[in-house]
Amino acid sequence: MHRVATTARQPLAGLILTVLALPAQAAWELNMTQGVTSISHEAYDLHMLVLWICTIVGIGVFAVMIYAIATFRKSKGAVPATFSHSTYAEMIWTIIPTLILIFLAYETAPALIRIEDTSNSEMTIKITGYQWKWQYEYVGQGYSFFSTLAESSNAARQLNSGVNPRNVGNYLLEVDHPLVVPTGVKIRYLLTGSDVIHAWWVPAFSIKRDAIPGYVNEGWFKVDKAGVYRGQCAELCGKDHGFMPIVVEALPRAEFEAWLTTQKLAATPATVAAN
Amino acid sequence: MSTASHPHAGHTHDPADAHHEDHHGPAKGLTRWLFTTNHKDIGTLYLLFALVMLFVGGAMAMVIRLELFQPGLQFVNPDFFNQMTTMHALIMIFGMIMPAFVGFANWMIPLMIGAPDMALPRLNNWSFWILPFASTILVSTLFMPGGGPAGGWTLYPPLSLQAGNSFPFTIFAIHMLGMSSILGSINIIVTIMNMRAPGMTLLKMPLFVWTWLITAYLLIAAMPVLAGGVTMLLTDQFFGTSFFQAAGGGDPVLFQHIFWFFGHPEVYIIILPAFGIVSQIIPTFSRKPLFGYAAMVYATASIGFLSFIVWAHHMFTVGMPLAGEMFFMLSTMLIAIPTAVKVFNWTATMWRGSLTFETPMLFALAFLFLFTIGGFSGLMLAIAPADFQYHDTYFVVAHFHYVLVPGALFGAIAGAYFWLPKWTGHRYDERLGKIHFWLSAISVNVTFFPQHFLGLAGMPRRIPDYATQFADWNMISSIGSFGFGLSQVLFAYIVFKTIRGGAKATAEVWDQPEGLEWTVPSPAPYHTFDEAPVVK
Repeated sequence: MHRVATTARQPLAGLILTVLALPAQAAWELNMTQGVTSISHEAYDLHMLVLWICTIVGIGVFAVMIYAIATFRKSKGAVPATFSHSTYAEMIWTIIPTLILIFLAYETAPALIRIEDTSNSEMTIKITGYQWKWQYEYVGQGYSFFSTLAESSNAARQLNSGVNPRNVGNYLLEVDHPLVVPTGVKIRYLLTGSDVIHAWWVPAFSIKRDAIPGYVNEGWFKVDKAGVYRGQCAELCGKDHGFMPIVVEALPRAEFEAWLTTQKLAATPATVAAN
Repeated sequence: MSTASHPHAGHTHDPADAHHEDHHGPAKGLTRWLFTTNHKDIGTLYLLFALVMLFVGGAMAMVIRLELFQPGLQFVNPDFFNQMTTMHALIMIFGMIMPAFVGFANWMIPLMIGAPDMALPRLNNWSFWILPFASTILVSTLFMPGGGPAGGWTLYPPLSLQAGNSFPFTIFAIHMLGMSSILGSINIIVTIMNMRAPGMTLLKMPLFVWTWLITAYLLIAAMPVLAGGVTMLLTDQFFGTSFFQAAGGGDPVLFQHIFWFFGHPEVYIIILPAFGIVSQIIPTFSRKPLFGYAAMVYATASIGFLSFIVWAHHMFTVGMPLAGEMFFMLSTMLIAIPTAVKVFNWTATMWRGSLTFETPMLFALAFLFLFTIGGFSGLMLAIAPADFQYHDTYFVVAHFHYVLVPGALFGAIAGAYFWLPKWTGHRYDERLGKIHFWLSAISVNVTFFPQHFLGLAGMPRRIPDYATQFADWNMISSIGSFGFGLSQVLFAYIVFKTIRGGAKATAEVWDQPEGLEWTVPSPAPYHTFDEAPVVK
């Protein structure tokens, strides 16, 4: 792959090289992904539902507009009609959108209620946003740690670093210590901010919630599938807002328990005492 | 509907009478513009000011898109990037689009309702001349130690309280811009309520006048709320209060409620005058009266009312109680109904009309299509469970730019082409206008449509650098934005070319347009309707 020039003096060269490199790295993603939690499936399904409704209504409305533009042209000798209203038509196109919205509300409201139901969770993780890193605490386990941008990304993201981000693994989406969670367990998370407002967002979980100083927000997720899931801070929190990613590693329950035990043993007394 | 032809307004048709007006024509030189109380002069000042600010705010957008052209940081550091996103928004909203529409209001409302001028001419002068000073203060913060505001135009504390010493200047500039808007709104309301020509009842007013009447009320209700909020920020920063500081017992979320109680009506303050302009243009080039005039008025009023009860849909992720999320989700969905009515009525206006496609009509049609796309993504954002995914991503950026650029800005550009011949007495270059249209319409979509994909794929907004999987669409979007920026240079050229000369425009300009503004000569004489016309 071409190395992309990254200095301000060579923007044109950079442009040309990058355009040439385009087909080599297709990432032309178009849509939301389904995710790996029941919440993310609900969000995805609602997203697709409303997207299809908009698409179908849009095709209908645009078709009428295009037909009108193509047909009623003065250049084709169209003679203007003089009507200026039609109670009948106006009733119809007020009632139809209303019915569609009632249907949408009927589909959406129960999902919202399920998403906000944090009862019967099996474990709690407290997440604190700092400028510009995250702290994760396994509540009741006496274990917590900070999670910051991986050094490889941090070096590459400096102004005119000379490092091509494309050569850095998981550029801006890698951390030194990922949050580790068990699969198949309903996890309640508590969320707060220590300095300014941050927002914790993992797209695959469909969780985005603000971490606000003075507030403790809560929510839940249950990861269906083991794997590594990446996200970012989603609320502007200062100069390094773009550089405090979130990485969550979901392990089968037994592996998670083993991991937690090892970590607690290895933790320095200072880390434990901090909590 | 406003109908214009009647013998009594006839004196302005007669060139001999135009000569009679000379003794109170404009003053010469700079003082004409400094001390003017003439609604046409002030309208021109507003419009030219907005045009200048379009390029100031646009230059900031170019910096943003240049940095986002490819992953990695090549041109600016993250803090300056944040200053650019913050200032781009503040300038475009308070310095460009709002003044542009007040300019249209100044020029056109007296001409449309048959009034000789605005009701409060000196106040009018003042409300304009606040603007250049306020904007200069705002832009000057970029050159102060610590730089300009970098916490986003929404000014959320505690982040906004981390600003440098330029912070009070930012707040002061926002106060002045708000004051200018309130004074302008008072003037518009008083003019419309008191100075309509005999026979011009409220339900005969052109829709542009209606949308501005409702906009002016929204401004008067919303702007003081913003002023209160930013003043509390100021005292938190400098006088030891803790309205929004959790450490002192304050509440950061309270600011967001205050801000969006202003911010959502603000959205409609920006778009309603564009609705009004489009509602003047589509009937003219369809050669058919506006369909469902009364429904359009009621739809505008309901949008105005609803705008005050939906604010927290900007805050679905702050952790509101379920009941709050449910209320704001459902009330937001309601807005789709009056908006849909408007789109259907514009379409029905074209139905069985006799359409021609001059530049104002082209921009109005692009507005119709592209604003509808912005409306659809707005409905999607209302769905709270899905909004948890969309919130603060490029999907939101795409949504509000579709509403603001091919929405509000295209509305303003359409209005400029529509009334330029009336203002200058010259026809603009139709060929160049059409080139400008096609360049703008294509590049605006290349810029903003891919941003939907970026947001859905997971790219947060307000970041100076991004993971490599977002690189492709970002590059496309940047290329589109450079094209869009350049296209607007062509617009400025067309405007100045039309001011300097061109084919003479008739009083009617277009093919039998409706409205009092077309009964006066082109260019409109310095004083019009000294004697009120009678509207039947």
